[in-house]
Amino acid sequence: MGAAYETINFKAEACDGCNDCMTACVQAKAQSDDHLRSRIQIVPSGDGFELAICRQCGDPECVLNCPAGALAKNAGSGVIDWDGSKCVNCLLCTVGCAYGGIVYDALSSHVIKCDMCDGAPACVKACATGALKHVTTARIYNEVGNLEDLFVPGLSGCQGCNTELIMRHTLRRIGPDVVVATPPGCIPGMGSVGYNGLTGTKVPVFHPLLTNTASMLAGVRRQYKRSGRDVMAVALAGDGGTADVGFQSLSGAAERGEEILYICVDNEGYMNTGMQRSGCTPYGAWTSTTPVGERAHGKTQDAKNLPLLMVMHNCGYVATASTAYMEDLYEKLDRAIQAARTGFAYLHIYSPCTTGWRFPSDQNIEVARKAVETNFVLLWEFNPKDGLHLTHPADNARPIDEYLQVLGKYRHLDPDQIAHIERTLANNLNRIRGFAAAKGTSSAAAGHA
Amino acid sequence: MQHTHYLIVGASHAALSALHAIRLHDAEQEVTLLTRDDSLPYSPTVLPYVVSGRSDPGRVFLRDENYFTQHKVNYLRGAKVRKVNAGQNAVELADGSEIGFDKLLLATGAAPMLPSIPGLAGMKFHVLRTLADALALREALPRIKRAVVLGGGLIGMHAAENLAKGGVEVSVVEVQSHVLAGYFDAEASAMIEKVFAANGVRLLTGARVASFAPQGEGCRATLADGTELDADLLLVATGVAPVTDFLAGSGIATGRGVLVDEHMRTNIANIWAAGDVAQARGFFTHDRIINGILPDAVDQGRIAGMAMAEDPGTKNYAGGVPLNTYSFFGQHAVSVGVHEGALEQAGVEVKKQVDAEQNHYLKIVLKDSRLAGIFGVNAAFDPGIMWELILRAIDLGDEKLAFLRSPQDTARALMSKNWR
Repeated sequence: MGAAYETINFKAEACDGCNDCMTACVQAKAQSDDHLRSRIQIVPSGDGFELAICRQCGDPECVLNCPAGALAKNAGSGVIDWDGSKCVNCLLCTVGCAYGGIVYDALSSHVIKCDMCDGAPACVKACATGALKHVTTARIYNEVGNLEDLFVPGLSGCQGCNTELIMRHTLRRIGPDVVVATPPGCIPGMGSVGYNGLTGTKVPVFHPLLTNTASMLAGVRRQYKRSGRDVMAVALAGDGGTADVGFQSLSGAAERGEEILYICVDNEGYMNTGMQRSGCTPYGAWTSTTPVGERAHGKTQDAKNLPLLMVMHNCGYVATASTAYMEDLYEKLDRAIQAARTGFAYLHIYSPCTTGWRFPSDQNIEVARKAVETNFVLLWEFNPKDGLHLTHPADNARPIDEYLQVLGKYRHLDPDQIAHIERTLANNLNRIRGFAAAKGTSSAAAGHA
Repeated sequence: MQHTHYLIVGASHAALSALHAIRLHDAEQEVTLLTRDDSLPYSPTVLPYVVSGRSDPGRVFLRDENYFTQHKVNYLRGAKVRKVNAGQNAVELADGSEIGFDKLLLATGAAPMLPSIPGLAGMKFHVLRTLADALALREALPRIKRAVVLGGGLIGMHAAENLAKGGVEVSVVEVQSHVLAGYFDAEASAMIEKVFAANGVRLLTGARVASFAPQGEGCRATLADGTELDADLLLVATGVAPVTDFLAGSGIATGRGVLVDEHMRTNIANIWAAGDVAQARGFFTHDRIINGILPDAVDQGRIAGMAMAEDPGTKNYAGGVPLNTYSFFGQHAVSVGVHEGALEQAGVEVKKQVDAEQNHYLKIVLKDSRLAGIFGVNAAFDPGIMWELILRAIDLGDEKLAFLRSPQDTARALMSKNWR
């Protein structure tokens, strides 16, 4: 498998042309303030700004054009390295680059190009608007890509299913020393628990009732522990099975501090059985049991804040995550795996549903991203010692319309309903900020111990 | 007889680019690369720097053994092709052995053209096309005080500069009225000439050598106007031409070079040609041209390699655009596209910014609001972006005035919008 590399991402719409990135670059690379010598170039374009920088191409033409062997793509970092001791200043590399990424610098009398500052780009650090981003998800690909996928190929999820992505990522990271519980829902429904006498999972898996997932898992973990084996007990459950009918056993297991990693895959309803509403379905949403017609206009109650309920159980670890923010998801997954060795860990992962929410199947990650960018979904984590803190900034949220408009299940909303949703989101945010401000208390610390 | 699926003759930019493209699509089938040299692959472009000592001849190689091992390439050195037997799908090497192929790429490049000047044939002189040529020149350097360079093209000018930096008194004799006539007009060339003169290089333009005569280890050149130049060393750099004589009788169609179509395929279905040996369509002309420049060799090689590997992403060759970069005595000149003289005059606009004092020159040629050529001496713009603007025939539209005023920033913004 080839390697993936870190990149610098540019969001033209967020750039305000302050040029701080260029200042940071020339200061770091040339101890100068002359923007002409910056290896990142912001250029005005109409009302906005565009970018010229080395793309660290996968199939770089500058390297093929170099007659002196002075340019080479570094297989480790992915950076196109320039070797001044071999360069003959012929400038043919600049002919090969269609991005203005390698240019002649008259003052140093040779070409200059971005070298990613050895993995900590100065330009990105200097960017206050978020237009520049250092994308490091390649780390996940390189590290996790070589681990075995613990589900078989060809699960029968819907096209563009986010839940399948979550299942494959999480189990790959957790590894094969595991017993998985998948209560009724999309996860067993797409074949992970078995069909025709075969399972779609390469590790032991069982299919509890909706009601007893956490209690069965607790027993399995205790039995393995008694026999001296360190086997992870993991639940991959939907939001219905978690928030509604399975909540009693979940609450009990969390209260007792059972050593379980419980992953709730939240697609905001009972999607497997025909898109019925659940306790996690948001206000206003269309489902088959909260229809839209002459009188009814979708769900009339707000969703439960399930992860916050789990915080109130004082679990060893609680976090919310989104597949649009994979680095964040992996960090939380690692902490949850660690916490489940000594106590109850709960991970709540939002999973937009192409079929049930009615949006094009190629838009899943974008929908997930918009949910976070509009604060519809808040990303945070909790442990009893440090309390709760947001892991994705909730300031400068984008207007909620940008999220609601892309989903068919909200197509009918009237202004009053949208106002209701805005109030709910504001309340959620205030509540989470309140918890974040409170930090860990002494009783919580005692609970952790 | 040895047999290989892909046979590539040549080991410079076109050949290596084709090899790269083949291996991106076909990791398995056998590839054999032949070079007449006894070394790893290198570029002719680096040779003037080997002469001057700036480049260590042991570190100029474009690939190492490890690359060939990793990519399962059979790299054969000292393998000069004497004959192509297209009917039998085989080539014959100078030692008489044969290699069979399913698909053949000719990337054999060009060789120095020697002018027919009385006295030259029987004399000792240098050329600069192979690593052996460069090492011979470098070896001669400490013993010489005066050199004559015949030809003021890129190779001659590079060599003249590097000889001058080595402490040699250099005279360049160029038939045309100014140097680098293939790329720059008289005004831009004059700026380049000025820098050479300031660095002690004597440039004799519009001058023809009438005869050569040996003189000790060196020679005496007598010009048409009677001027006599004595030199310890003569370097002939009057241009290069594709080497096609070994194709005689092969059935492969040749003009000045090997004639190829938009996929670099010759008239024979399983034989391709790319780089300096190929004669392919021009971007501004419909005639097939020799566009012997490195970036075009890379392009042609890639297209040929993709076509040979039957890569479904193979694109048609857009046509050769003349372009080059040239750095000299710490200054630089860049030429992309064609001058106004090469275009039909309707719709042509030319804008020049010249500052003779600063040795700054910029000329932009537009045709119907689209870039046709841009030429600079010590002017900042991105040649790669300009080349793409030409190939994509991007209508500058409302950006035209901005482009003429500030081509670098405007082109970068256009790139960022159009390439996205």
